[in-house]
Amino acid sequence: MDLTLRVRRFDPDSDNPEPYWQDFSVTVEDNATVLDALIKVREDVDGTLSLRCSCRSSICGSCAMRINGHATLACKAQARDSLGDDNVIVVEPAGVMHVLKDLVVDFDLFWDKIMAVEPYLQPQGPEPEGEYIASNESMLHLSGVTACIMCGACVSDCTVLEVDPTFMGPAALAKAYRFTADPRDGDEEGHSEDRLRMLSEASGMWDCTRCFECVQVCPKGVAPMDRIMSLRDQALAAGMDKNYGARHVQAFSDLVEHSGWLDELRIVPMTMGLGNVPALLNVMPEALRALSHGKLPPLVHPELPGAENIRNLFEKVEQGGKEPEGHH
Amino acid sequence: MLEHDVLVVGAGLAGMRAAIAARAQGANAAIISKVHPVRSHSNAAQGGINAALLDRGDDWEDHAYDTIKGSDFLGDQDAIEVMCQSAGQALIDMEHFGVTFNRDDEGKLGTRAFGGQRRARTFFVGDFTGQALLHVMFEQLIKSGVRRYEEWFVTGLIEEDDRVCGVTALEIRTGQVFAIRAKTVIFCTGGLGRVFEPSTNALIVTGDGMALAYNAGAQLMDMEMVQYHPTTLAGNGVLISEAARGEGAYLLDKNGDRFMERYAPNMMELASRDVVSRAEQTEINAGNGIDGCVLLDCRHLGEALIKEKLSQIREIGIDLAGVDMVTDPIPIRPGMHYMMGGIKTDVDGQTNLPGVYAAGECACVSVHGGNRLGANSLLDTIVFGQRAGDHAASAARDVEYMEFDVDAVVRREEQRLQGILDRPQNGDRVASIRLGMGESMNRNLAVYRNEAGMRETIHDLQGLKERYTTVPVDNKGQVFNTDLVFALELGFMLDCADTIAVSALERMDSRGAQARTDYPDRDDENWMKHIVTAKGDEGPEISYSPVSITRWTPEERKY
Ligand SMILES: Cc1cc2nc3c(=O)[nH]c(=O)nc-3n(C[C@H](O)[C@H](O)[C@H](O)COP(=O)(O)OP(=O)(O)OC[C@H]3O[C@@H](n4cnc5c(N)ncnc54)[C@H](O)[C@@H]3O)c2cc1C
Ligand code: FES
Repeated sequence: MDLTLRVRRFDPDSDNPEPYWQDFSVTVEDNATVLDALIKVREDVDGTLSLRCSCRSSICGSCAMRINGHATLACKAQARDSLGDDNVIVVEPAGVMHVLKDLVVDFDLFWDKIMAVEPYLQPQGPEPEGEYIASNESMLHLSGVTACIMCGACVSDCTVLEVDPTFMGPAALAKAYRFTADPRDGDEEGHSEDRLRMLSEASGMWDCTRCFECVQVCPKGVAPMDRIMSLRDQALAAGMDKNYGARHVQAFSDLVEHSGWLDELRIVPMTMGLGNVPALLNVMPEALRALSHGKLPPLVHPELPGAENIRNLFEKVEQGGKEPEGHH
Repeated sequence: MLEHDVLVVGAGLAGMRAAIAARAQGANAAIISKVHPVRSHSNAAQGGINAALLDRGDDWEDHAYDTIKGSDFLGDQDAIEVMCQSAGQALIDMEHFGVTFNRDDEGKLGTRAFGGQRRARTFFVGDFTGQALLHVMFEQLIKSGVRRYEEWFVTGLIEEDDRVCGVTALEIRTGQVFAIRAKTVIFCTGGLGRVFEPSTNALIVTGDGMALAYNAGAQLMDMEMVQYHPTTLAGNGVLISEAARGEGAYLLDKNGDRFMERYAPNMMELASRDVVSRAEQTEINAGNGIDGCVLLDCRHLGEALIKEKLSQIREIGIDLAGVDMVTDPIPIRPGMHYMMGGIKTDVDGQTNLPGVYAAGECACVSVHGGNRLGANSLLDTIVFGQRAGDHAASAARDVEYMEFDVDAVVRREEQRLQGILDRPQNGDRVASIRLGMGESMNRNLAVYRNEAGMRETIHDLQGLKERYTTVPVDNKGQVFNTDLVFALELGFMLDCADTIAVSALERMDSRGAQARTDYPDRDDENWMKHIVTAKGDEGPEISYSPVSITRWTPEERKY
């Protein structure tokens, strides 16, 4: 199969270190991956092309990059499935992290976030002599998260990190969930309240906007966003509802339950807390600007016809005890 | 000045275990790795890790016997006893660290069957056990506070008065060369799979530590013992884990017959790897395969089991071979997989060089002898990694740092590397030399070997080594110059290849992984001994080392 790799390149050692595009035409086997094609370039055509890769089988997490605009593992992407117009495959370094050379990015940002969640088991109870007794289901559930290979694809394409680098991000939060959901971590009941408290702070679990990007790009099915939603459930269940994020979710759901649609005027004070005068004063200018542009939400917030059905739905969910899977 | 009591080279399972152990002893320990620790090749281990747990009615002596028989009686029994006796605690430690092992109905650790063993004693996390262990080990490494040099490539050893006293290393990210002083150095650099083409091993598995130690005077042992795994994909050589057969998969020839009946009527597909690989190769050579492969059939296991326990290899089959093992058998064949040989050590990881240790796949204790049992390697890494870390930490207490001229050492190494960068283009390529080596090794040092073939490879290697002295690199830059790194790795691989071929030619019998068509029988009278190689003026020099036999007398091997 003949194809062209259109590679985003960058050489900090050059006289004029600016990123640029370069096309490489190569012939590869029909079942070749994009990584096979890149290796072919590096070995036979141009050894200056730098990229990380090792296992060739989606397990070492080295080769995450953007292929045709989305982060993925180059060793998982089939070349024939990645061909665009004129048999071109567009290859760029992962996003969010800064580029060191060609397809190699600086992972410090990624690892700093992982380190911030104290990523190691912290049992508070006494260690058993043999193994901890735990159900196979609980372990299989955790293995679904520990299957994360730290490739950075989710961080690369996270739409929050793109604008707010302080966000803990999908990988670190999924890693944190791996501990909060572990029956061996935390107190003897397996509750990890300290972790949840820390993760509830600003830049933590409540900053995810649920855009689904990380779920889509994760090559290992870890579904980081779902884990973040589970963290929120755990935090609320532990009574940690005194922060913007938790109150926002609570207010959102209360308002919709009440009138069948969102009352945008009231959600702000409900999220910030009615007594939180400084914060409310802070948003005043924005509210005034909205008012002057005729964009202030209606002061009266009438109930939608059929709002009853919505209340019934809420009731059903609450009676069912548990919310439907994934909480979306 | 960068200086450490214990400097561990390599951050796979063995290396991290060693560093954590040394730190726990109070040593100023550091770990250096050419890739980030979680990218190390240990993550590729799929099937599991062996241990005989007493409360499961198992017995370490049974495990030891299976290991010894698997090794074709070339394994050192004193070392095997140490490994099998320590296995239970080592496994429980990993569980306490946080590994999410699959459980049985009572919530205890669950097991699966693996090749060459009479009972199921392989503990596992789905089919990504290595990754699960490696990431948890990294978590413990973080917790321990060991200093980490990540993406630093060790280029050489520093010797003063015939004693190793540190390493030179290239910080890949900046291209800067450093000298790191160390009282003790532990090699945990893993195997050498890429010496062969194809191989199941990752691209970074290039025998660096074995070659570095060898060039500094360390002895290598059992280098002729190269494991060919029975189930690898044609083409790129990627592994389909033994876990598939452990869960009950069949091996079929082109007529759909389970040919293992003729080779190992009792253990069938779960006989030792050397036995199964030979059977497959014999069938393929006799024209009973399909396009150089036989078939691995999982269909009768059912979709549910495959999804729960074999999901990762199913994914590999779909991504890399275009075959879904739920609905179709996968074409597979024997492929280079593991190096039983390596840097010769005692049970504490000590080599013949004072202050230099080795553990994991780069070491040869020898617990695997002529053939390693599946799931014994992960065990080897954590048991002997820990022992080496412990021993090096206590040894470091009694020695002082050696003085050497750091600037001079760094300058010399910089000049050597610059010399490589400055080589003029001559049309040759590192990749082409590597391919020549890999294909020659895979042709003549594979499942079946003979004198003429091995001599051909030794001759090939001479030519390739000559080309190596002038091969140019394209990239002249500083930052992330992987081109330079590959060139250095190729040098290490060529040294390793040499010792493999020379050792294999020397052993004039068939035992374990070495099957010679010109010496088809095991010859205990003459060859019940290890072959040891050390660097001489004219290439590898051979000597012998006795096999330790404690209580299991060698017997004929049948499965
Ligand atoms: C596909 C596959 C599946 C396997 N499945 C199993 C299994 O199910 N059970 C089992 O028991 N075994 C299995 N094995 C074998 C086992 O995984 C390995 O033998 C073992 O993990 C090796 O671990 P290690 O710590 O010795 O080396 P590695 O994990 O390979 O680590 C080597 C380290 O050395 C570093 N390094 C190397 N050279 C340099 C240098 N020049 N400078 C700096 N750092 C360097 C690397 O960066 C790396 O950190 C499998 C092997 C493969 C290939
Ligand atoms: S090379 Fe290991 S994940 Fe792609």
